[in-house]
Amino acid sequence: MSDDMDFEEGGAVKKFMFVNRKAPYGTIYALEGLEVVLISAAFDQDVSLAFLDDGVFQLVKGQKTDGVEMKNFSPTYRALEGYDIEKLYVERESLEARGLSEEDLLVDVQVMSAAEMGDMMAQQDVVISF
Amino acid sequence: MLHIVNKSPFDTNALAGVLRVAKKDGAALLLIEDGVYAATKNSATEASLKAAGMPVYVLQPDVDARGLQSRLMDGVNMVDYGGFVDLVAGHDNVQSWL
Repeated sequence: MSDDMDFEEGGAVKKFMFVNRKAPYGTIYALEGLEVVLISAAFDQDVSLAFLDDGVFQLVKGQKTDGVEMKNFSPTYRALEGYDIEKLYVERESLEARGLSEEDLLVDVQVMSAAEMGDMMAQQDVVISF
Repeated sequence: MLHIVNKSPFDTNALAGVLRVAKKDGAALLLIEDGVYAATKNSATEASLKAAGMPVYVLQPDVDARGLQSRLMDGVNMVDYGGFVDLVAGHDNVQSWL
């Protein structure tokens, strides 16, 4: 409870990680997660995004959604920098299983091993999954 | 039989079910929505699709939405919505693997 009070007063900065594990268009999770990330930027917290499993597909270059009549929200990932959200972590094993590499991604990210991703998660105060 | 898969092969075992169970004679496989990820070049699923023993089709609007236009494995056939209809009409039966 005291932690919540610190948050209200704006005194304490916590480490928030948003974990993205879903492909972008098959479910609403990726878009909803991105909306929450953008909202979180207003609270001046230490925000990072993790992409693993099918979540890495969210960052693939060249998405063109005209044919499926859905919003192409992939350019928004490039705008995160403007909200001071610059910590984007991608798990290497997830990329490799999907035939992808860092060059296939539309934004600068830090590619790391599963073990390093686990370490990063363990350091967080709050982990929110989409 | 036309088999339709709409889920990522990394997320559910729907595609694995088709490849394990489906009779191959006269059958075809159509990948739509997140199912198209199975046809990504150099992915962990490429080899199993190559060994499917039936023609494999992917729905182009779903491929384009996911940025896979230039990342598809060889040997899969792209169809548009009209081609989807032709596939359904051209088979005796359709099975959606949900």
